[in-house]
Amino acid sequence: MSDAQTSMEHVVDPHMQDHPSPRKYVNVALILAIITAIEVAIYYVTAISASVLTAMLIGLAFIKFVMVGLYFMHLKFDSHTFRRFFITGIVLAFFVFGAVMALFFTRGGPAPGFGS
Amino acid sequence: MSTHAAAPEHHTSTGLDNTKLAMWAFLGSECLFFGSFISTYLLYRNRVVAGPTPHEIYDIPYTSVSSFVLLMSSLTMVLALAAIQRGDQRGLRIWLLATSFLGLVFVGGQVYEFTSFVDEGLKVSTSTFGSSFFVLTGFHGAHVTVGILMLLALVGLSWSGRLEPSSEGARKVELIGLYWHFVDIVWIVIFTVIYLVPTNPSA
Repeated sequence: MSDAQTSMEHVVDPHMQDHPSPRKYVNVALILAIITAIEVAIYYVTAISASVLTAMLIGLAFIKFVMVGLYFMHLKFDSHTFRRFFITGIVLAFFVFGAVMALFFTRGGPAPGFGS
Repeated sequence: MSTHAAAPEHHTSTGLDNTKLAMWAFLGSECLFFGSFISTYLLYRNRVVAGPTPHEIYDIPYTSVSSFVLLMSSLTMVLALAAIQRGDQRGLRIWLLATSFLGLVFVGGQVYEFTSFVDEGLKVSTSTFGSSFFVLTGFHGAHVTVGILMLLALVGLSWSGRLEPSSEGARKVELIGLYWHFVDIVWIVIFTVIYLVPTNPSA
């Protein structure tokens, strides 16, 4: 192969070849936009009780979170090691949340945000 | 002639790209960073002894548009990555500039929101709600701003011909993209937990 031919090649990381097509990205973005619209819409539905609304909103946010992680951040296609790094951070963040809540509950501090 | 050729495996003990591994470790630590601020906000948002409450001050339609803008910036970011992967430098620059623009719209919207909140009587020192809100969303806005600067740096590298359409060039775009998507993911959580979730679900 000549040098000219080599310079025209686009050397691609093996993992990157597994990435979705632009069309797939657009489809994912469309789903994300629809979920966001649903989130905002149900926020205004007064018939839904606050606890049910909270559960629905957190569920929808979780779906968006996972979709961005899997498709846009390529966690679905890349090495599982990257996924473990990220999940470890998220789990530790929940531990921090739990520790802060426990600290305030046991020390008689301010009540958590979900109650007044 | 094939236009693509697989790069050799990375010569590291894990077989993985160290820079990408470092980025994921950094993003993992950022989860703790934002997790701490979100926890603090949830503790303090109902502790309003002076100034407006969250329910009184939030403008949900306005913030929904901002959220949509940031969400779509993640799409333009992955399209930028797809462009460099197929060697399309012009497409790369267009999508990077589009991402930067959407990021700027988001940050501009946040500046406007902060200004209107201050006008309505909510400052950092007004209440613990104000403090935790401004610190959390302010740090997020700072992250978006850093992301915009990195995106513009990529555009500059591309224009000067230093972002070659190779595995190395694509990796640079992918790393900045990971950071950008993380900022988006954090906003997904902030938008739901801070803006949409009712302050008192038992009501």
